[in-house]
Amino acid sequence: MKTQLKVAGMLAALLLVAIAALTPGPKVSAAGNGNIAGTVKLDGTAPHMKGIDMSKDPYCVKQHENNPAKMENVMVGSNGGLQNVVLYISEGLTGNEASAVPSDEPAVDQHNCMYVPHVLAVDVNQKFKVTTSDQTTHNIHPLPNPMTGNIPWNKSQPAGAPPIEASWKAPEMISVKCNIHPWMHSWQVVVKGPYAVTDGNGSYTIKNVPQGSYTVTAWQEEYGTQTQKVTVAAGAPAKADFTFKAK
Amino acid sequence: MRIRIRKYRLTLSVFAVLPLAIACWAQQTEYSENQRLGMESHVGNMTGNATVGAPIYKRFCIGCHGVLGDGEGENAQWIDPKPRNFTIAIFRCRSTPTGTLPTDTDLYDTVGRGMLNSNMPPWGPLTDEDRVNLVAYVKHFSPRWLTEKPGTPIVIPPEPPVTAERIKQGRVLFQKMECWKCHGVTGRGNGPSADTLTDDQNRPIKPFNFHDENRFKCGTTNAAMYKDFMTGLDGSPMPSFADNLKPDEAWDLVFYLRTLQPADTIEKRIAQQIGLKPLEPNGQLPGPPAPAENPLGEKPTNNSGTK
Repeated sequence: MKTQLKVAGMLAALLLVAIAALTPGPKVSAAGNGNIAGTVKLDGTAPHMKGIDMSKDPYCVKQHENNPAKMENVMVGSNGGLQNVVLYISEGLTGNEASAVPSDEPAVDQHNCMYVPHVLAVDVNQKFKVTTSDQTTHNIHPLPNPMTGNIPWNKSQPAGAPPIEASWKAPEMISVKCNIHPWMHSWQVVVKGPYAVTDGNGSYTIKNVPQGSYTVTAWQEEYGTQTQKVTVAAGAPAKADFTFKAK
Repeated sequence: MRIRIRKYRLTLSVFAVLPLAIACWAQQTEYSENQRLGMESHVGNMTGNATVGAPIYKRFCIGCHGVLGDGEGENAQWIDPKPRNFTIAIFRCRSTPTGTLPTDTDLYDTVGRGMLNSNMPPWGPLTDEDRVNLVAYVKHFSPRWLTEKPGTPIVIPPEPPVTAERIKQGRVLFQKMECWKCHGVTGRGNGPSADTLTDDQNRPIKPFNFHDENRFKCGTTNAAMYKDFMTGLDGSPMPSFADNLKPDEAWDLVFYLRTLQPADTIEKRIAQQIGLKPLEPNGQLPGPPAPAENPLGEKPTNNSGTK
């Protein structure tokens, strides 16, 4: 009886220690960190992007006299590369890596009555700026779901107004609009951990990823998400190419 | 022996408590009805309780705002603008900055005042206690009240005396801030962007017509108007101008907006005396699309007061 109890107690204690030891701790330092890079392409004919009627605001019309404005939902480069796709690590990051907040402050500008960039990606709690280079008043109206922890707000930004600084508390694809200019629509994509957005050729590099195995998610506003498993090893950047099918 | 049993029990109890702790932690993230029914509201020296407010809500509010407080009551289908959805806790009339919860007093005032140009009447017949209890019950619908605090109310400095100069300056601001884009050059709610406005749920919504009403959306006083554009009417296209207007300028704008209303106010009399007319943006009325050859997009040249 005595021994049995003793053995049981010891076994239980051992089990606890084992659990503690197996729980992943923070991974190794940034020195061994690698990249995840690749290209996102569109398979098929790129959908026609409609022209935008800006006649509500003569200032906006004037800015596009020589370069007619078009919708930006699907931006495809000459090589079939898909622009404005957000890539982020959806699985595999430890708590510490996921909660580290980058110190740089990305910006979205209101330029010629359009959002530049059309898709802004930020980390949770990462500060970003909304600026205007237009000589017309805009209102910036992000519309997150208030139940996520991100609360919608709506601020006016007249010509010459200083940047608006903001951040978001939770991962979410947030739709942003300007009520004054109903064609103005953009995304603020909030993710946890390292991320990248594809350039005009559909290329991207997620930098500073610790060694390990991950799931990378690619998000495009019209085509939704795709995922891929990658492994980042020392000195060997991982590669993950994605292809979305045109509808 | 006894000591060893204790040790064993200790180990056992760690195992017993662990899942319990995990379960508790999981539950905390959930929407707990009991926790919410404990919701209180504080207005002046009155304290409201959700449980006391519940029967009042069921008697007077449920028809429009619904059993769940989601604005989907049985009358909602006939109503435009739609009843407020309390579960997301986004409110038009606040004293707090855009993107923050209102104060209990804000909600209490809204119940008493009603919502202008909507089916929400002023609930004058309800006692102060009823209203403060209702506020607690309204808050119980959203978990946001458990995790967030109301914003800090904006500071409204004392109202300066009305002068012709201030009204003129307010007119300049109405143009400069481009209020007219939605509210129209003359404030009739017919600006170039008026017909495409939608609320946060993407439902069409009209901008305020100042010529229709002597009241404002969130109150009758000048201070209420000051609050409207400095906090923004969350959930609607009306943004906050708090970052763009200094307090003095905000009062100027309030005085100018008073000249647009039907009531015989001191502002209106001054405007008539000095023959104040609305400023035309770029010298043209909003309306049909302007022909492309017009020299548009230039800075306004037809007003002397622009800084």
